[in-house]
Amino acid sequence: MIRCLTLRGRLPSSLFWLVLSLSILSAPVHATEFDQAIQALNTSKLSKVEGAVSALSQLDDERVSTVFTALLNSELYRHKKDKKLVLLVEKRGKMILIQDLFSGDAPYEVKKRRIKRVPVNNQLRGQIKAYLASVNLNHSNTDKRYAAVQSLLGDSDPEVLKAIKARLLVEESTRVKGILQTAIYLDQLSSQEQHIQLKAINELAGSLEPAVRNQLNQIVADENKQALHNAANKALAQIEDKVAFYSFLETLFFGLSLGSVLVLAAIGLAITFGVMGCINMAHGELIMIGAYTTYVIQLLMPNSIGASLLVAVPAAFVVSGLVGILIERGVIQFLKGRPLETLLATFGVSLVLQQLVRSIFSPLNRSVETPEWMSGAIDINPIFSLTINRITIIVFCLVVFFALFLVLKKTVLGLQVRAVSQNRDMARAMGVRSTWVDALTFGLGSGIAGVAGVALSQLTNVGPNMGQAYIIDSFMVVVFGGVGNLWGTLVAGMSLGVANKILEPVSGAVLAKILVLIFIILFIQKKPRGLFPQKGRAAEG
Amino acid sequence: MKSLKAKLAGITAALTLSVTAPAVIADETIKVGVLHSLSGTMAISETTLKDTMLMLIEEQNKKGGLLGKKLEPVVVDPASNWPLFAEKARELIEKEKVASVFGCWTSVSRKSVLPVFEELNSILFYPVQYEGEESSKNVFYTGAAPNTQAIPAVDYLMEEIGVKRWVLAGTDYVYPRTTNKILEAYLKAKGVAAEDIMINYTPFGHSDWQSIVSDVKKFGSAGKKTAVVSTINGDANVPFYKELGNQGITADDIPVVAFSVGEEELAGLDTGPLVGHLAAWNYFMSVENEANEEFIEAWHKFIKDEDRVTNDPMEAHYIGFNMWVKAVEAAGTTDPEAVQNALIGVSVPNLSGGYSTMMPNHHITKPVLIGEIQDDGQFQIVSQTAGLIPGDAWSDYLPGSKDVMADWQAPLSCGNYNVKTGKCSGQNY
Repeated sequence: MIRCLTLRGRLPSSLFWLVLSLSILSAPVHATEFDQAIQALNTSKLSKVEGAVSALSQLDDERVSTVFTALLNSELYRHKKDKKLVLLVEKRGKMILIQDLFSGDAPYEVKKRRIKRVPVNNQLRGQIKAYLASVNLNHSNTDKRYAAVQSLLGDSDPEVLKAIKARLLVEESTRVKGILQTAIYLDQLSSQEQHIQLKAINELAGSLEPAVRNQLNQIVADENKQALHNAANKALAQIEDKVAFYSFLETLFFGLSLGSVLVLAAIGLAITFGVMGCINMAHGELIMIGAYTTYVIQLLMPNSIGASLLVAVPAAFVVSGLVGILIERGVIQFLKGRPLETLLATFGVSLVLQQLVRSIFSPLNRSVETPEWMSGAIDINPIFSLTINRITIIVFCLVVFFALFLVLKKTVLGLQVRAVSQNRDMARAMGVRSTWVDALTFGLGSGIAGVAGVALSQLTNVGPNMGQAYIIDSFMVVVFGGVGNLWGTLVAGMSLGVANKILEPVSGAVLAKILVLIFIILFIQKKPRGLFPQKGRAAEG
Repeated sequence: MKSLKAKLAGITAALTLSVTAPAVIADETIKVGVLHSLSGTMAISETTLKDTMLMLIEEQNKKGGLLGKKLEPVVVDPASNWPLFAEKARELIEKEKVASVFGCWTSVSRKSVLPVFEELNSILFYPVQYEGEESSKNVFYTGAAPNTQAIPAVDYLMEEIGVKRWVLAGTDYVYPRTTNKILEAYLKAKGVAAEDIMINYTPFGHSDWQSIVSDVKKFGSAGKKTAVVSTINGDANVPFYKELGNQGITADDIPVVAFSVGEEELAGLDTGPLVGHLAAWNYFMSVENEANEEFIEAWHKFIKDEDRVTNDPMEAHYIGFNMWVKAVEAAGTTDPEAVQNALIGVSVPNLSGGYSTMMPNHHITKPVLIGEIQDDGQFQIVSQTAGLIPGDAWSDYLPGSKDVMADWQAPLSCGNYNVKTGKCSGQNY
């Protein structure tokens, strides 16, 4: 009985599907047009894809968005043997998880070679983005709507304008409302009536959208209409003020983030060189080892890139720290008090480490992925945005700095380190095992270098040469800040970063570096002990 | 006295014969020098080329060698040290007596070995795209000159994408400076206004691209389609592309076309944010034809790693090596003078489905391909020149070299012959 009921229950629904599929097959012309266009996508020829995309964008079909999004994200493939379109679900090494397009069937795995991506080029991506923007105008997500309007700014298509006006009537978010208004005023700039134009110019004054600036610039260039010319000039001046302000903020941010990279690279050196007085030319390679540790950790946990960085921080600290202790025990302890020989020996160590990495990992750069939570930018306004990876690194730098600061000030190890660095003989007389402390201090400095390597792996190459790029800068920061002073390193790194970024747009990147170097040389002539010289008898010895 | 000398010579000969018997077999081989850095900064690019050469030589030996002899590679490591390149080159030619050398990557290393090759009259095959303005009797340039890479790329951007504003960004050394000078002259000749061209140079290994990328963004927001033409070299590329991605510059807003970024460089990069940015080369791994598939298969088998990529300089060595083999066969000897003459006009298949020919100016004909970066680190070819373009040693767009041409055939036999004054400047390159 029950079985009977369910059967009966199912019958109407299957009937319903039958009717529906029949109606799809027969009634609307779109369906076949859509299928035709989709079929045309099943090709390796770009020109055919172009045709299919323009055909699809004429259709009023919800599925177009799905296809376009897949195309845009390069997720639309064609199965070579079965000659059908498939969607990429996930990459699994040599295998790829795919799903038939619009089938709703369960995804299945195929070999990479079996499928081929449907080709897209930049022009097509532009077309698709424009199409998606007009669809996204009514998207439920505020950010998506905002981005959609933003990408439509300056578009003089009357259809687009109609859609924007329609949206303004129902829009609730003030942010989106604002930009919808901007779009409408932008259009009014090219109105035939002067009072409408003037009003639009006044309303647009202060808007930071590049499209606004470009249009106003065009009006300014036209000297014939005096009133308009003046109004636009005034509005532009207002905009330029704001632009100048934000570009100052931007330079400051760039400077701080460059500074935090410098501080991170130098802070380990501030301990080994500053506190122990040992010139370690292999410091850069310890940074490199930290970066390679990150790479290995990512290889070990390929499915959780986000967490891998968090694991990499302590791992890199331990690995680089151990290598550092090895260097100290193996080389440096025998060269105590002979700085020139230490310099040459550690330089040798740095070459050995580089070639070692080259032999183990190959001389090619390794790619370290940036986790999702570190990519992208926070848009404050159209001309000012803060990249999230840089913010993370500034914060990370400060955290590392203060952690190290606490270790040196509050722990027993820190106390012993300071004691040994101030007066080795006295410390030994008090029962401090100075050789033990030396090894640990060197390990600590090296470990911090490794941690810096984790951060740098997110910004630059992970390759055998990466360390060399940072060794000079690190010494520069430590010497400028005052040897043996952590605060000096922080202040010196940050100020060198900002100075570099202020000079860069004016003088170019090459000259900016030279100027900073000259400045430091002159500064050291005047104050040989750096920004924050160590005081007292210890410093004299 | 004479007889004593002869006797001594006889004894020495007998000794060498008896003691080092394998050396006799070694004498029966033709030595090929491989001069690529295996350590130091350039190892990243050059190690692959060393492996390519070893593979090509191995394959040739399987086919029975050359002139009935086996080929023997002699690999040296100039360690990314420019003066060492000259020393090692001398060692290869004088001590090892190699028949020809395949090597160098950077222009400065080529300039460093040039006097050695000219003095000892040997042969160098140079496989990398370079700035031009050179043609030596002893060097055969199998990479691209600016007119077989940069100019077609700019044409593509101008005609297909409609680019109106140009950023020429490069690393601060001779290749980008010369290429950008040529491009600037070319763009201006095409009617691009000076304020629509932004030129920017950065030091080697530049890693902080924030301000420059931000400047590019501002430059590109002026309402005209903007593109970046990048001659940024080596390691500086990774942070540059990362910053582009972070600041949200996508390829359909501001495309970047690069002349030094190939499959090998992309292998060290998370390519997700780079999709759509462009590169111009004479070969891509993704070229679809049989010759290329065979080459890739042979490469994977030789290197024992299915994930290794192939790239343009590798193809250049492939072409150069086959040209040399063919020229030696034609000349019937490895004598440098004879091979140099035989090389001109030699035509061998390239990997993009055509035939490359060695021109009298020691450059070769190549197709130019423009590719868009894909998320798997490969390129999708979006444009290909209709025919093959002969490499031009002296640019037609630089005032100094407009009237200069190179022709190493008799009777001219000159690398920089000034058409106007009718003089060969005497300078060898």
